[in-house]
Amino acid sequence: MTAVDQEYLKVIVFQLADKEYAIPVANVQGIEKLMHITRVPKTREFIKGVINLRGVVTPIIDLRERFGIPVSNHEETTRIIIITLEEMEVGFIVDSANDVIDIPADAIEAQPEVVGSNEEEFISGVSKLENRLLILLHLDKVLNP
Amino acid sequence: MELNQYIEMFIEESKEHLQACSDNLLELEKNPNDLAIVNEIFRSAHTLKGMSATMGYEDLADLTHKMENVLDAIRNEKIQVNAEILDVVFESVDHLEEMVMNIADGGDGKKDVSATVEKLKRIESGEAIQQAATTATTAAAEVAASSAVLDSALQLHYDDFEKTVILQSTEQGFNAFEIAVTLTDSCLLKAARVYMVFDILEKNGDVVKSSPTVDKLEEEQFDQDFKVALITQTDADELRSKIMKVSEVEKVSITQISNDLFVQSAVVATEEFVESVTEETALVPKAEVKKEEAQKSTSAKHAASKTIRVSIERLDILMNLFEELVIDRGRLQSIATEVNHSELNETVERMSRTMGDLQNIVLTMRMIPIETVFNRFPKMVRTLSRDLNKKINLEVIGAETELDRTVIDEIGDPLVHLIRNSVDHGIESPEIRRANGKPEEGNVTLRAYHSGNYVFIEIEDDGAGINRERVLKKAISKGIVTKESALSMSDKQINELILASGFSTAEVISDISGRGVGLDVVKTTIESLGGNISIESTEGAGSIFSIQLPLTLSIISVMLVEIEQETYAIPLSSIIETSIIKNSDILNAHNQKVIDFRGKVVPLIFLDEIFDVPRTDNNADEYHSVVIVRKGDKLAGLVVDTFIGQQEIVLKSLGDYLLNIFAISGATILGNGKVALIVDCNALMK
Repeated sequence: MTAVDQEYLKVIVFQLADKEYAIPVANVQGIEKLMHITRVPKTREFIKGVINLRGVVTPIIDLRERFGIPVSNHEETTRIIIITLEEMEVGFIVDSANDVIDIPADAIEAQPEVVGSNEEEFISGVSKLENRLLILLHLDKVLNP
Repeated sequence: MELNQYIEMFIEESKEHLQACSDNLLELEKNPNDLAIVNEIFRSAHTLKGMSATMGYEDLADLTHKMENVLDAIRNEKIQVNAEILDVVFESVDHLEEMVMNIADGGDGKKDVSATVEKLKRIESGEAIQQAATTATTAAAEVAASSAVLDSALQLHYDDFEKTVILQSTEQGFNAFEIAVTLTDSCLLKAARVYMVFDILEKNGDVVKSSPTVDKLEEEQFDQDFKVALITQTDADELRSKIMKVSEVEKVSITQISNDLFVQSAVVATEEFVESVTEETALVPKAEVKKEEAQKSTSAKHAASKTIRVSIERLDILMNLFEELVIDRGRLQSIATEVNHSELNETVERMSRTMGDLQNIVLTMRMIPIETVFNRFPKMVRTLSRDLNKKINLEVIGAETELDRTVIDEIGDPLVHLIRNSVDHGIESPEIRRANGKPEEGNVTLRAYHSGNYVFIEIEDDGAGINRERVLKKAISKGIVTKESALSMSDKQINELILASGFSTAEVISDISGRGVGLDVVKTTIESLGGNISIESTEGAGSIFSIQLPLTLSIISVMLVEIEQETYAIPLSSIIETSIIKNSDILNAHNQKVIDFRGKVVPLIFLDEIFDVPRTDNNADEYHSVVIVRKGDKLAGLVVDTFIGQQEIVLKSLGDYLLNIFAISGATILGNGKVALIVDCNALMK
């Protein structure tokens, strides 16, 4: 890693219910508006189905359901964040995608013991920036049951 | 030098050379006295050695070198070709292949091959005394030969016609030059430079002759220099400066062809001619063979030089982009019909036609000859038959048959199993064959051909055939069929029992064709490719395993059906027919709803239940739409809401995240941009 990499981590920030989450930009392929999702039968609850992403059939996960947050109706701001992880391409449904920011590496802390919700196991760290608290996701764990 | 950029090329070319080696070795085995073949092998091995040494793969270069020594000895008729020697050479080729594969997988290509090297050495020194005595002479001879080639390369010999042409044109005031061009040592693309030089020359005059010949120049069969005779009006200095503009040209020397020179060279030519005549009389047949071979390889190389390598990934991307276009075209077409603007309509129509042509090209680009799978079999059969002490002749027919590469990728292993099966269980040992009045040598024929939208691959042997009684007995004892059902089975059904899992008829389990796990894997693989396999067999006379495969896996015909809001695609290859049934047609048998379909009891599968389709209202329709599908001999009726129609669709995988979804074999993108799932009928019927 170069010195620059150590100093900053570029992340995409998105919103779920009242919390802000972050995924490294390197794992994000794009952000899409909500489109028609084809339901795939006999899959886990949180897998909403597949979409046609420019000719590639891409599975979609509802992050609210994945994290056990009560499901809300999809709104104008609802987005699908397409992420890639080791050849896998998956879309996450989020309430809104807000920002791309650089987080100083030393601003990332291990998660505090008492976050106290179901998504705890998916968190790799938290970062406090001014008055915002960003939750960094552990993509591996989000994707692998 | 940075070598990484060449590694892909190196691997591809090494594979080709190794393939050429093994093909020619097999050929040599049939005609052990044909030294032209040995030369071919030698050439491949030599190139391979050079390449691997350049790339720094010492082990690879070393083993090739040892193999080359043996080949050289054969070539110089110091060793007589026999099966043992060929075995060792084959073994070396196998090792080389492994090394190359290892490099391809990112390894360092190292492998302990001391045993093989030892064997090669022993063969070589089997003629030790002779060898030692002759190496010096052969070396000398080689040097002499190559220098002779060089000399003659630098000398242009004109035949009568060419002489007349030159004489006449000089009389008419044209210049006739002999131009000797030397390329730099580091020149990588000699053929390209030659082309550029020729391009310049042809713009300035007429090339009468070149040495080496143009063919050879194109194939880079020359060292650094070549000579061209040119008739031109341009003067020497101008020509020289023009040619020097081509990069990597080191030296250009231009001499006027004077009449003196002419006479002189003519004399030299005749002298040499006399010499070579005496030599040639002894070598005529060989030389002819060589010529033929050379011609063959030239034509092959010619074809090759007109192709480029494109990575499969890029083709996949192209395919994806094209599919996007197809979808957009659909939208555009519907917009055009709405707007109904004549110019727009015309343009859209023209675009559609062009896209149809484009689609054909994109699809055929992904087709590759089945040869790429077949060409490993001759060697495999040879090894197997030697291991088993059987005499087997493998005939390959239709290797040029083209198949989509997705099918090619999958079909290799099943074919290996089937051929192993034919060799191991099919063909009898020579003793038994003789006792049965058959020729000792067994025949295995591998045949591929197109028919309609399918490709057929057949593996035929003239071996023992299937002993149906034994198969039945075994199947009953293994609990695959019951005694009662066995009575009603047709011959074909009994034959196909050997494809059932947990079945192995060979009395002795050999490591060649496994423990009966092989053939049922074959069946599953082929079915998963949308094909099927059948067996015909006559006891005592042999069997034919015949595989039917779709031409391409990426585009299939389906029937689109609708269940509530959802669209599903059912592959046409599994559909027998569709029908509408009334509620009263549905019968109950053992908690299973069935219908009477043309006198057969067919179980009904309600797709909405299988796929948990959310229903908005309780549909109590009196009529049901049913798609009758089949798997082997079994039928089932899939109940859906409505039929939409038949369509060609592009098959897409669901990706790595969604694996093993029950009864869904993939997805496709419809004209409206939505994804539809493809129903796996095989999974619905157990």
